[in-house]
Amino acid sequence: MAADAQFPPPKVLTYPASAPPSLITQGAEGRVYKTTHLLPDRPSALKYRPPKPYRHPILDARLTKARISSEAKVLERCWREGVPVPPVYAMDPAAGWMMMEWIEGIPVRVGINEWLGERPEDGEEPAEAAEEAPLIDLMKRIGTAVGALHRTGVVHGDLTTSNMMLRQRKEDQVNGGTGAESKAKAVAGDVVIIDFGLATQSMADEDRAVDLYVLERAFASTHPRAERLFATVLESYKHTFKKAPSVLIKLEDVRLRGRKRSMLG
Amino acid sequence: MALEKVELEHVPPTYQVYAAFFRNVSNAEFLHAQLLSRNSEFEYAFIDASSVISRLHLLSAVYSAVNVLLDGALRTPNVHSEIVVTIFNTANILQIADAYRRWGITPGKTKDLVVVKVVQPPSGPQDETQTQIHAQNAIWDHLRQNVQGTPAALTDAELSQVTDWPKVRKYYRLNGVPALDRLTDEKERWKQSESLAIMGMALRGL
Ligand SMILES: Nc1ncnc2c1ncn2[C@@H]1O[C@H](COP(=O)(O)OP(=O)(O)OP(=O)(O)O)[C@@H](O)[C@H]1O
Repeated sequence: MAADAQFPPPKVLTYPASAPPSLITQGAEGRVYKTTHLLPDRPSALKYRPPKPYRHPILDARLTKARISSEAKVLERCWREGVPVPPVYAMDPAAGWMMMEWIEGIPVRVGINEWLGERPEDGEEPAEAAEEAPLIDLMKRIGTAVGALHRTGVVHGDLTTSNMMLRQRKEDQVNGGTGAESKAKAVAGDVVIIDFGLATQSMADEDRAVDLYVLERAFASTHPRAERLFATVLESYKHTFKKAPSVLIKLEDVRLRGRKRSMLG
Repeated sequence: MALEKVELEHVPPTYQVYAAFFRNVSNAEFLHAQLLSRNSEFEYAFIDASSVISRLHLLSAVYSAVNVLLDGALRTPNVHSEIVVTIFNTANILQIADAYRRWGITPGKTKDLVVVKVVQPPSGPQDETQTQIHAQNAIWDHLRQNVQGTPAALTDAELSQVTDWPKVRKYYRLNGVPALDRLTDEKERWKQSESLAIMGMALRGL
């Protein structure tokens, strides 16, 4: 209630629907609500950028509109090219919102952590290769998804395992199964990339390599125990488009610069 | 009665949306003439059904137009023309002005017709009678008297029988789309074309 008073929802969500919208995240720039589009059984994610009281209203309106529009355009472009992203359902850039498909599933970050379980970080033998197959397969799917994105000439700008969702497949929706099966379910599903708020268009090796580097760093800090598996992401990325190998060579430069910077800093 | 009351999410209850579908319409000329003369009894969105992919496609256009109405940001004379222009996916300002009269219904060509009526809350006491007239029965009576055609259900099964795919592909830039071309399953391709059309309408003008 207090939060609602402080941050009123967009006008569109004040109109009645079969179920009240639920606030999913409240970030610095905007909010994501879960709601419905047209019909009660068509769940959608509504991204809203509220007005910034500290900005001049005309400038603020223009910036908001430009950001929402730019994110929607990137989504459309990706979707057309077959990059796994949520399709846009509806938008009102002047009002600061955009609705897209609600991806039924969990963020990749959560899936990987569920797989890894609550085991302590040290004193654990690396698992047998065969046992790790489902996790390794997820790494490959991540590499393929990022490769598809880069192939279209889009760099994401904020690649993390939180900005990738695992869209549940129908056959995985049933509960139960053996321990190993339910563990495998944590990392099952199609990888869908979300949050294109910082995306830009670029075909440059450098920009693509930085995108990968950001993901690599995020991966290492979010999933330290799976860090060694990141190589699998890159290996599958390598085969997704013609210039991918040269992006990976560039990545080595970017890493070197990153390391130097952290030594100096 | 074949006039359906359509319930849409995020539409205030004071706005009612009705829709009907007529097959084998024989008096498109007459209906078109009513639009041209701005006959106020014909406040409908007439949509040539050959440009509709599915029910969801249609409803997206309706919702989008109602949302624009609620924002007070209509680019065309009223919510009905706004629906037609949304379906026809034009961002061309010059075309918008009379697109709905040229495209919603084409004399000599339109055979199957989707009709949408949005009833708005009365803006004053003098509108009270208007609201009465626009009750579901009255709308249906009026349509049945004036549209010469066979009422049909507004379902995907019915709509998909009359979709003009070459036209739809052109309007929504569905040709040469990798996401569609790689699909072999017809149903899947239809579903994805629908998604892309809905996205095209949402992004129009950007
Ligand atoms: N299409 C979607 N389907 C399901 N959940 C979604 C969808 N889009 C976003 N979310 C959820 O909302 C969260 C925030 O989304 P997103 O990152 O796009 O918003 P943001 O405001 O840009 O966030 P941030 O401030 O972290 O960049 C996601 O982590 C995810 O949990």
